Amino acid sequence: MSRELVDTSKIPGWGVDADTRNNPTYPIRHREDLQTDGLNWDRPTQQAPDVEILQSIEHNRLPAVVGTSTPPTGLSGMIRRYAFRRSESDWWHWLLLMGADRINVVEGVIEDLSHGKVPNIPAEMGGRAEWQHNKKGLAVKVAVLAGVTLGLLALRRRR
Amino acid sequence: MLAMNYRGPYRVRVDEKPMPIILHPEDAIVRVTRSCICGSDLHLYHGMVPDTRVGMTFGHEFCGIVEQVGPEVRNLTAGDHVLVPFNIACGKCQFCQQGLFGNCHESNAQATAVGGIFGYSHTAGGYDGGQAQYVRVPYADVGPMVIPDWMDPDDAVLLTDVVPTGYQAAEMGGIQSGDTVVVFGAGPVGLMAARSAWLFGAGRVIIIDHIEYRLDFARTFCPAEVYNFREIDDMVVFLKKQTDSLGADVCIDAVGGDAAGNALQTLIGTKLKLEAGNAIALHWAINAVKKGGVVSIVGVYGPTGNIIPIGNVVNKGITIRANQASVRRLLPRLIDHIQAGHLNPKAMITHRVPLADIADAYHLFSAKLDGCIKPVVLPNGA
Ligand SMILES: NC(=O)c1ccc[n+]([C@@H]2O[C@H](COP(=O)([O-])OP(=O)(O)OC[C@H]3O[C@@H](n4cnc5c(N)ncnc54)[C@H](O)[C@@H]3O)[C@@H](O)[C@H]2O)c1
Ligand SMILES: [Zn+2]
Ligand SMILES: [Zn+2]
Repeated sequence: MSRELVDTSKIPGWGVDADTRNNPTYPIRHREDLQTDGLNWDRPTQQAPDVEILQSIEHNRLPAVVGTSTPPTGLSGMIRRYAFRRSESDWWHWLLLMGADRINVVEGVIEDLSHGKVPNIPAEMGGRAEWQHNKKGLAVKVAVLAGVTLGLLALRRRR
Repeated sequence: MLAMNYRGPYRVRVDEKPMPIILHPEDAIVRVTRSCICGSDLHLYHGMVPDTRVGMTFGHEFCGIVEQVGPEVRNLTAGDHVLVPFNIACGKCQFCQQGLFGNCHESNAQATAVGGIFGYSHTAGGYDGGQAQYVRVPYADVGPMVIPDWMDPDDAVLLTDVVPTGYQAAEMGGIQSGDTVVVFGAGPVGLMAARSAWLFGAGRVIIIDHIEYRLDFARTFCPAEVYNFREIDDMVVFLKKQTDSLGADVCIDAVGGDAAGNALQTLIGTKLKLEAGNAIALHWAINAVKKGGVVSIVGVYGPTGNIIPIGNVVNKGITIRANQASVRRLLPRLIDHIQAGHLNPKAMITHRVPLADIADAYHLFSAKLDGCIKPVVLPNGA
């Protein structure tokens, strides 16, 4: 904890951007400079994507430029398509997408396996960094995992 | 080319991926020289952002060499070393025209509430990001800026996000000479916000976090008064006591939805995801600011909603200002500040790693291990 006050005279650049007009009601946006009314303007060229793009129903048209990473696929893709029938204001839109994200993780593992690749999950989770810089934390995690496993085994045996 | 590949919460790796190509006449392809991992990436990494698809490449803070430009690109040519703002902005729509480059209407098909952001889920447009050897950069004449000769590329890469974000956090605070400013979060964004608060004439700057090594760094780097919230029983009472019982003039939230420090919010926000992350830092900010004060939010929250004391916002007459940083708008001023020695962002870089080690870098930064403040990835070697 530090209680010493900072001496502002020692701070390079102290107060150089002080601006009394920047009170909270002074907007950052500069409407005066506006060259467009939002209706009549020189719109950028429209990109023609060759992958499926899910579009928010709050857009009246596809934005001029779109991202083409990882188009929707599989079961998670079906859920995503369904989620996009609802607006950004609808909780279900987001909850369905979150659900699709979780299913997508399982699909990712299946995809890896189908390519003959067993994902090295400890490495993907930064296991080496954990080993180098958090041996204590790693030991606790391993102990908890072992404890839970032993507990489950003991429970099964009792039954 | 090699690129980071998201496999699920807490799981990332590097894989071979196809080279990006020009898909729009205003595109450029950039060979990445430096690429950071950001606190915002941690929200993706922790599985907090809806529509984060397996297989995506993250990375919105990068600089690199222009390899190729589309037919409508005028200001850049192959070979230019550019820094690329994290916002994808057309420069023409009514929002870009107002300097709101973080709110472009022509770069995100999946959502209207936020503009496109490189490598930041489909909720921010579905663009593969810069934690890769190469990246597609749309609207190449609008965002990217050639790095001045005198500038260290380590400073340049931090100008793509955390420097403007921290600076805008202070700017939105409407700080007046002598004001007391409280910054929640001593990550790179909070550090830059605190440093910038002085440029606006703050009289006192206080930083709150619970990671000791970050508070130690903040104490001398910003410099600022620093407090560990784990050692404080009631954050709001403590800050009131620090400010003659009135509260701070300005509170800045540089934490966002991955906050710690409140068991209930952690349960419903972080674990159960019934709210868009843990909003305790914002809760403290609202309750610790003076009546008529300003709460400036740059911490990122998910799109669903959060539990915050909105009644107190009304009763206290608080002004809330918030946004994704408008990087392009602030760049000229911030470049001047770096040249004049007012800001020294590269001092925050603690780790430099090859792309191959990105899984370890994510884990270090997420778990706050090995003194990590800001990791930089070098996708094409040093
Ligand atoms: N608006 C924008 O344009 C923009 C841009 C970049 C980053 N961000 C956001 O800013 C936030 C910070 O980014 P960063 O890179 O500095 O991340 P970071 O993870 O490095 O830092 C966050 C810090 O907050 C601390 N913290 C956690 N709970 C806290 C609490 N209750 N009170 C005070 N501090 C607490 C953490 O210990 C950590 O040091 C993130 O939410 C990020 O998404 C916003
Ligand atoms: Zn960032
Ligand atoms: Zn725009």
